[in-house]
Amino acid sequence: MASSMLSLASASPSASLSMHDTLKGKVRLGSGNLTAWFHKEKSNPFINTKSSGRISMAVAVNVSRFEGITMAPPDPILGVSEAFKADNDEKKLNLGVGAYRTEELQPYVLNVVKKAENLMLERGEYKEYLPIEGLAAFNKVTAELLLGADNTVIKQQRVATVQGLSGTGSLRLAAALIERYFPGAKVLISSPTWGNHKNIFNDARVPWSEYRYYDPKTVGLDFEGMIADLKAAPEGSFILLHGCAHNPTGIDPTPEQWEKIADVIQEKNHIPFFDVAYQGFASGSLDADAASVRLFAARGMELLVAQSYSKNLGLYAERIGAINVICSSVDAAARVKSQLKRLARPMYSNPPVHGARIVANVVGDPTLFDEWKAEMDMMAGRIKGVRQKLFDSLSAKDKSGKDWSFILKQIGMFSFTGLNKAQSENMTNKWHVYMTKDGRISLAGLNLAKCEYLADAIVDSYHNVS
Amino acid sequence: MWRHQLMTTSRCFSTSIRALHWWDHVCPAPKDPITSVTEAFLADTSPVKINLGVGAYRDDEGKPVILQCLRDAEAKIAGCDFLESISSAVSSKLVEESVKLVYGKDSDVIKEGRYAGVQALSGTGACRLFAEFQKRFHPESQIYLPNPTWSNHHNIWRDAQVQQNTFSYYHPDLKGLNFTALMDDVKNAPDGSFFLLHPCAHNPTGVDPTEEQWREISHQFKVKNHFPFFDMAYQGFASGDLDRDALSIRIFLEDGHLLGCAQSFAKNMGLYGHRVGCLSVLCNDMKQAVAIKSQLQKIARAMYSSPPVHGTSLVSTVLSDPDIKALWVKEVKGMANRIQTMRTNLQESLWQLGSSLNWQHITNQVGMFCFSGLTPKQVDWLAREFHIYMTHDGRMSMAGVTTGNVNYLANAINEVTKYGVHTAQHLGTNLSSMSVFVHHS
Repeated sequence: MASSMLSLASASPSASLSMHDTLKGKVRLGSGNLTAWFHKEKSNPFINTKSSGRISMAVAVNVSRFEGITMAPPDPILGVSEAFKADNDEKKLNLGVGAYRTEELQPYVLNVVKKAENLMLERGEYKEYLPIEGLAAFNKVTAELLLGADNTVIKQQRVATVQGLSGTGSLRLAAALIERYFPGAKVLISSPTWGNHKNIFNDARVPWSEYRYYDPKTVGLDFEGMIADLKAAPEGSFILLHGCAHNPTGIDPTPEQWEKIADVIQEKNHIPFFDVAYQGFASGSLDADAASVRLFAARGMELLVAQSYSKNLGLYAERIGAINVICSSVDAAARVKSQLKRLARPMYSNPPVHGARIVANVVGDPTLFDEWKAEMDMMAGRIKGVRQKLFDSLSAKDKSGKDWSFILKQIGMFSFTGLNKAQSENMTNKWHVYMTKDGRISLAGLNLAKCEYLADAIVDSYHNVS
Repeated sequence: MWRHQLMTTSRCFSTSIRALHWWDHVCPAPKDPITSVTEAFLADTSPVKINLGVGAYRDDEGKPVILQCLRDAEAKIAGCDFLESISSAVSSKLVEESVKLVYGKDSDVIKEGRYAGVQALSGTGACRLFAEFQKRFHPESQIYLPNPTWSNHHNIWRDAQVQQNTFSYYHPDLKGLNFTALMDDVKNAPDGSFFLLHPCAHNPTGVDPTEEQWREISHQFKVKNHFPFFDMAYQGFASGDLDRDALSIRIFLEDGHLLGCAQSFAKNMGLYGHRVGCLSVLCNDMKQAVAIKSQLQKIARAMYSSPPVHGTSLVSTVLSDPDIKALWVKEVKGMANRIQTMRTNLQESLWQLGSSLNWQHITNQVGMFCFSGLTPKQVDWLAREFHIYMTHDGRMSMAGVTTGNVNYLANAINEVTKYGVHTAQHLGTNLSSMSVFVHHS
């Protein structure tokens, strides 16, 4: 790199303190006369080897080392919101990112969160570093929320819990753990899955492959395909499962299907790895939504669980979540926790305190906890109501006899409409309805008032575009 | 290899047993050399204990401080709903204000928008983002870290899988900068190497180059076409003056370097637990700035998606409200002054105790830390007998010293050093081969 620069170095052996001493004062540089260039074979036209002054040196090369870097593609999910913002049409509808909106389509700060923040403001708590593993009070309540406070694994202290930066950060810690301790092991992810899962495993250098999940013919679960793919995977693979309210499809296995999935995983010595981003949002009940995770834990299996409080406590921007590793012994849990800490330290040193305190206050206080459960129920209820209205509108408007009941069967914030890329684009281009190109709509961004409009858009896109 | 072995033999076990023992091969991690000091301190029940470990500011009563400017900022933003839709605007504001702070609001790079800036998870997060970026776009490159440096720098570039080297920095005999060796290492490194520099208040040594030395370093970097990456964790803590503490970076800027800079607001705004920082990479033009920013965001997206908003809003409010910012500037100066006073007090106490060792470095060194020159054995002794905690390299966080404990501290240091002769003390000769250490138990 810039081997031509060496010529100056050798031509000016006095590029040393004494030479420098002769050039006092600042050399004010304008950048206008500097051009970007960078070719190995070209000699530097700016270097005047006769003059050994710093001045000519300073005028030389303003080269960027990152010359050839191209623009990264827009994130498929976050990019939707950006495009939505740029749209001036008054009919526009944002069904992109899974962020809860009220019936007035406004963002919503939960009352319990406001109360918790007021408490925190009054107390004027210090802003000191959390330990690497996060706020102890948070770690305790988050594991209990997930597994139930009287769960054996908690009583036996077999859960290693480390606070993470929401779901993403927790998944990344887990991925880093897998890469370090199970080199070559694969993670199997559902087809489809949340778009960022692949990015996380790619950047963590963990190989992944997909298992069949969504069946476009039935707009339901391809259970046979899923089981077959789990059986075919190399023994000791990590199986990424969505605890409830599968993103993007909204299609969850039934309890019986969960049992069969657990059977296959045990048979093949796979490790279950849950991503729980919607606890409370699926059914409205925090406990019911944790049933799949608890089923696996009850079988005595070791498993990984990433949690997020972005949606269910509306704490999106505070980045609060956790990675839990349920181990077969106290000792293993302690060792695993220490290694998770070792991975976190060079990533961000210690996690952010604010969101952790909010969760600890809400979940740890019986009154606030009950209030939260009620707000949770209300949010999930609004989504169920919107699903019903959308289904009714579609059934009324679409005379083709197509079965739209999957809208009611799917669970959680999202609905996989079955629209393909071109049809999804039509939704945006013609109807100003913003959604991801895989046909996913976020019902959290829909209200009763707009259901009919949306139904029109869907019917049009489905039938008139291919 | 042995892990595969373990997995293969384990397959011979029955499936139910195997499914229970995935983590057998996971060993306990070694303790982090810095945070473990705080852990040990917390576990100590002595009423006279002193924590000189982690670099977190304390007031003269040894208590953590919430800056008044922060309280004002909290009050200002209280009641505002920080929602995901607002957080990106707040983030942009933060970046805008952060880069002004370090490059100077009138600098050309700012005026022309020739920087790619992203918010990061404090200094650690900013360094890690850059390390990942460096690995991705210069996969064969290495990073040169000063010897010594903050221990986590090694972890960061290692986990990003960037090969690392060190360059000479600290002269243990002089307890100052080994400038000749530093320049030699800069010259001998392959052209176009990446170097990590502490722009002020070097951690752990407190030893900074002079302005003239910085100009020399910058010049040599130009000759060698090295990439300068600055880790700015203590802007304001070195001299008490925010602009003055950024001088080294501005020298490099004048010389036309397209550098990178990690900034942390943990110490100078007391926002430790909120993880607020910024990473900026200077560019040729806005187009490149946009491209690089998009790549940095992509890396962040797969690590934690976006940074936490609360701390961001606080910093953004402090930096963009003139009154609150003025208060902040005053408070930073106050913190730096208190540390400076403690340095002087400690030095005087040691002299008054009749310590014959050279303690000049206590006031020569700059910023939060004093690289005392104490040996690991002496450090352990201080912990065991005197309940004084610091990292094993002898680094003392002066922020943990108070008027209430400085005499106790001086006395303890005197006790553990009066019989020990460690390298090149007051006689100015290298006595390491003759060092005598009397263990006092």
